[in-house]
Amino acid sequence: MRIVVQETPFEFGAEAEAFANGRHDMGAIVTFTGVVRDFGNGGLDTMEIEHYPGMTQKALETIAAEAVTRWSLGDVLVIHRYGRMEPGEKIMMVATAAPHRKDAFEAAEYLMDYLKSRAPFWKKEHATTGETNWVAAKDEDENALTRW
Amino acid sequence: MDVLYFAWVRERIGLPKETVTTDAETVSDLVAELRAREDRYDLAFSDLSALRVAVDQELTDFDASIKGAREVAFFPPMTGG
Repeated sequence: MRIVVQETPFEFGAEAEAFANGRHDMGAIVTFTGVVRDFGNGGLDTMEIEHYPGMTQKALETIAAEAVTRWSLGDVLVIHRYGRMEPGEKIMMVATAAPHRKDAFEAAEYLMDYLKSRAPFWKKEHATTGETNWVAAKDEDENALTRW
Repeated sequence: MDVLYFAWVRERIGLPKETVTTDAETVSDLVAELRAREDRYDLAFSDLSALRVAVDQELTDFDASIKGAREVAFFPPMTGG
């Protein structure tokens, strides 16, 4: 299990390759990558992600540890950035390795659902107009937790 | 104890962290003390349903005890991922 919280960009390809390499007993590797999305009109200048140093790492470890107890997993990787990012930049990724794909897929979804609503990150949009907006949590994200 | 604020709570109160001396037994008691201080606190805590709290870096509820706690943090619902 590897949990990384960092400001600098990460190389998705290299991370996914390194995670998948050399596993002889894992038949399934699932990866998910979150990307900074523009409003659709070129109006987003940057996305700023604030976090709670000290709590973030522990919260992610707790979520990942719970996934390991619920599914048959060989390994879990979570990388989550903070700081300012431009549209198209990768914010975070999760990867799961399991003997079978169902476990790998479900665990990846579980990790995503929980780290959306239970990991101490907050997103602030900086528009090209200079306006700023704290992204509000969605009810559907909170409701997504009830299925687990 | 240290009291921390994040995201718009930090912006509304105007500081990220402060040391508070209190006899408050629960998070709610601490919130009541903070609200009584100044308008900016009163405003930030006016709708508790829009806030989350962590005591010693663990998510908890507003009725949780803060006896012996080192750190209490207030913030809006999280938006990770």
